[in-house]
Amino acid sequence: MTTTIEPRYTRADFQSDQEVKWCPGCGDYTILASVQTFLAGLDFDREKHVFVSGIGCSSRFPYYMNTYGMHSIHGRAPAIATGVALANPELTVWVITGDGDGLSIGGNHLIHALRRNVNLKILLFNNQIYGLTKGQYSPTSEAGKKTKTSPMGSLDYPFNPVSLALGAEATFVARTIDMDRDHTAKVLEAAYNHHGTAFIEIYQNCNVFNDKAFQILTGRQERDANRIYLETGQPIVFGENNEMGVAVGVEGAQIVRVEDVGIDAIQVHDPTRPNPGIAFALSRLAHGPSGPTPIGVFRNVQRDTYGDLMEAQIELAKERNKTASIADLVEQHGTWTVE
Amino acid sequence: MKEETLSHPETPEKRDRVVIRFAGDSGDGMQLAGTRFSESSAAFGNDLATFPDYPAEIRAPQGTIAGVSSFQVHIADWDILTHGDEADVLVAMNPAALRANLGDVAADGLILANEDAFDERNLDKAGYESNPLTDGSLSSYHVMTAPMEKLTKLAVVNTGVKGRSVLRSKNFFALGLISWMFNRPTEPILEWVQQKFGADTPVGQANIEAFRAGFNFGNTTEEFHHTYEVPPASLPKGTYTNVTGNQALAWGLVAAAQSADLTLFLGSYPITPATSILEAIARLKHFGIKTFQAEDEIAAVGVSLGASFAGHLAVTTTSGPGLALKSETMSLALMTELPLIIIDVQRAGPSTGMPTKVEQSDLMMALYGRHGESPLPVVAPRSPSDAFAVAMEAARIAVKYMTPVIVLSDGYLANGAEPWRLPDFDELPEIGVHYATSPNGPDGVFYPYARDEKTGSRPWAIPGTPGMEHRIGGLEKQALTGNVSYDPENHEMMTEARASKIDRIADDIPDVEVHGPDDASLLVVSWGSTYGSVRAGVNNANRDGYSATHVHLRHLNPFPKNLGEVLGRYDKVLVPELNRGQLALVLRGKYLTPTVTLSKVRGAPFMSNEITKKIIELLEDQS
Repeated sequence: MTTTIEPRYTRADFQSDQEVKWCPGCGDYTILASVQTFLAGLDFDREKHVFVSGIGCSSRFPYYMNTYGMHSIHGRAPAIATGVALANPELTVWVITGDGDGLSIGGNHLIHALRRNVNLKILLFNNQIYGLTKGQYSPTSEAGKKTKTSPMGSLDYPFNPVSLALGAEATFVARTIDMDRDHTAKVLEAAYNHHGTAFIEIYQNCNVFNDKAFQILTGRQERDANRIYLETGQPIVFGENNEMGVAVGVEGAQIVRVEDVGIDAIQVHDPTRPNPGIAFALSRLAHGPSGPTPIGVFRNVQRDTYGDLMEAQIELAKERNKTASIADLVEQHGTWTVE
Repeated sequence: MKEETLSHPETPEKRDRVVIRFAGDSGDGMQLAGTRFSESSAAFGNDLATFPDYPAEIRAPQGTIAGVSSFQVHIADWDILTHGDEADVLVAMNPAALRANLGDVAADGLILANEDAFDERNLDKAGYESNPLTDGSLSSYHVMTAPMEKLTKLAVVNTGVKGRSVLRSKNFFALGLISWMFNRPTEPILEWVQQKFGADTPVGQANIEAFRAGFNFGNTTEEFHHTYEVPPASLPKGTYTNVTGNQALAWGLVAAAQSADLTLFLGSYPITPATSILEAIARLKHFGIKTFQAEDEIAAVGVSLGASFAGHLAVTTTSGPGLALKSETMSLALMTELPLIIIDVQRAGPSTGMPTKVEQSDLMMALYGRHGESPLPVVAPRSPSDAFAVAMEAARIAVKYMTPVIVLSDGYLANGAEPWRLPDFDELPEIGVHYATSPNGPDGVFYPYARDEKTGSRPWAIPGTPGMEHRIGGLEKQALTGNVSYDPENHEMMTEARASKIDRIADDIPDVEVHGPDDASLLVVSWGSTYGSVRAGVNNANRDGYSATHVHLRHLNPFPKNLGEVLGRYDKVLVPELNRGQLALVLRGKYLTPTVTLSKVRGAPFMSNEITKKIIELLEDQS
């Protein structure tokens, strides 16, 4: 391991000259700082990062990054980013989306990007509300939520983004919290090192339209009892003194007291399992969050990326057919000559 | 396999042209029979034009009018413009095919019917109360019949084909009989069967035997001894291929990418009648081409826009309903000023409409069907082979002016074929592309929205280029910097700049050419696939002493610079369109030209005599 090399970049190198215009106190500021700091620590050319976003508060993100970026259309960022990634495999392509952008209007593109395993890093800022349009329920809002468009309570049953991603054949699925910058950095690093689509749900506080939605995970009083950190190779335990744990059985994952079942009965976390079953079971522990909630990398497996497969087909086709000329194509189609 | 050669008739009657229509159930293989006949005629040296017409359903109920599929081919010993107004010969494989197509048969035309299919059940399905082959109702036509099913069964008895598959070869029987009657070379057809199915496979043998049986049936049956020959056309010297519009678009895109030295990227979603462009290009990976079948129309244009941002020559292909879905992304491409080619192979609409039938009714959507002030260049091919040059023209405009460009083809061009005299592929016009690689502002600053003085286009700096990092997006851009701006003056200026950039393309395209006599008082203006029938209709009118001229538009936005002046020269302007008068509305709006619309929305192309008739009507009304 090398420790003596001076870092190539500072956080300032990744800050654009544009004034950041999120509401004061928005969780997006913290995520922006986490991402800029993380990128500054990499030995990777700044010009090879591309940030593609959709529409929504979070999607203003690319304007604040001194990298290449496109602020695109509501819901379509995964599709546009797929084009960027396939056009140039040397790039690291980030998708910035939100719960409305990624799971409502853009749900289709998100699931297809995941199943194709395009080399994208998708950061879904989940604040469980439409912020940019000033407070309507989103596809992750809890059922019954009263908002301007649901004065008697929302009738929608919400998505669990981690469950959704796992069901959509994602090869890398993680969850983190805006306020927990150390954890965010670790998850970003794992996602960056994953070759394929990496999906990160980031619980993000909207202090104006949905304040304290994640209070049980961020509040001083509550967080220790409710954050279940997933650590590879470690039994899944949590609580102030790790007195609680997660056991997985035929009924799925369950919260247990460690002393009731013994440490051997506690599930040891392994995100590299080929079968996503246990990761899915863990994702079902909390819907919302509604209580103790797993945080960390749920799944991290290798599968050929769409881009690699595409490049391989092109190489194979070139091997099989050395010349590529229009004249030959037309000739093969069949021609005749008029003298 | 029998080895004796197929001998041709000795004294065929010479004809300068003939139109043959093959018609049957959609499962009867009529498209294949028509295509093979066309290819052997092309190999023989005829000029030709084809018109495949089929239902959207893969297998509509057998024997019904709804399930009829047809393929018309016009062959001639001269340079022709259309697939023919009327069929001189109708091959009717069943009563429904006869009933659906009889209206298009020439008054003294020949009907060749598969008599085996004219049983009570099929007659009933087609709505015939008695058998038209025997009840005298076809007495004005020349009717010939052959027991095609019975003879096909006998012909294939030793080939190993069994059960229901036996009758599959009856299209080859019909093809053999027509090949006899019209003196076609048999080798191209037999060779094709051998290549396609294998000479030794049961299916290959059955098709060959059925073809021979049909051919020999003509030879041995006295009724068929009056045969015809259409001599080769005296086409200009050169090498030719027979090409459909979709194939020519595919080749044109590949050629454009090579001329521009860019990687071609096609993001698409299957939709009739555009799908075969994606299919054709997907086979060309050895060109380094990337094709992507997206999850929907929106993603298809989205991936293409992403690929364009990253520096590829990006294309998306679709038809009307898909163009509607893509419009939001097209506006983003316009706002971000990135090159993108959008091909709309139009079909009869609105909504699902008639997916396999032709219409030109997306013109308004192409010109104006987007939110905001969002002008885009629009170009349209006039014939199947012209689509090659139009694809290249679209690419040239897209990269030179950093803009999305819409190509309006249609279902008639997509599947119709004609001989194409090949250009010298080494001499295709070069499409110059220069990525921006160094800052264009003071102090090493890169201005992504600085404009080229002449074209008004902005620089194309692709991700991965050091020192050129920048952000683009759908929010209004500040001039030069591209930063988000809500400044009212800036918005007005940028709106003008985007429009002016498109208008300037008019300086970079040829003037319209007026075809016809100088003294004419009537001008006919057309665009897209109606070129052939309109040009033929104008020529026929002139031949009959009615003076009319013709202008055909390739560029629909912006228009060629002299169009307004040309329109102003004539007392009357006739605009035939396969819509309710969309181009006419634009001409009226832009040039205040009074126009007369000839509208047709029947899912079928114009016949040239419809044009001639309207010209005569207008000219006689004048006098």
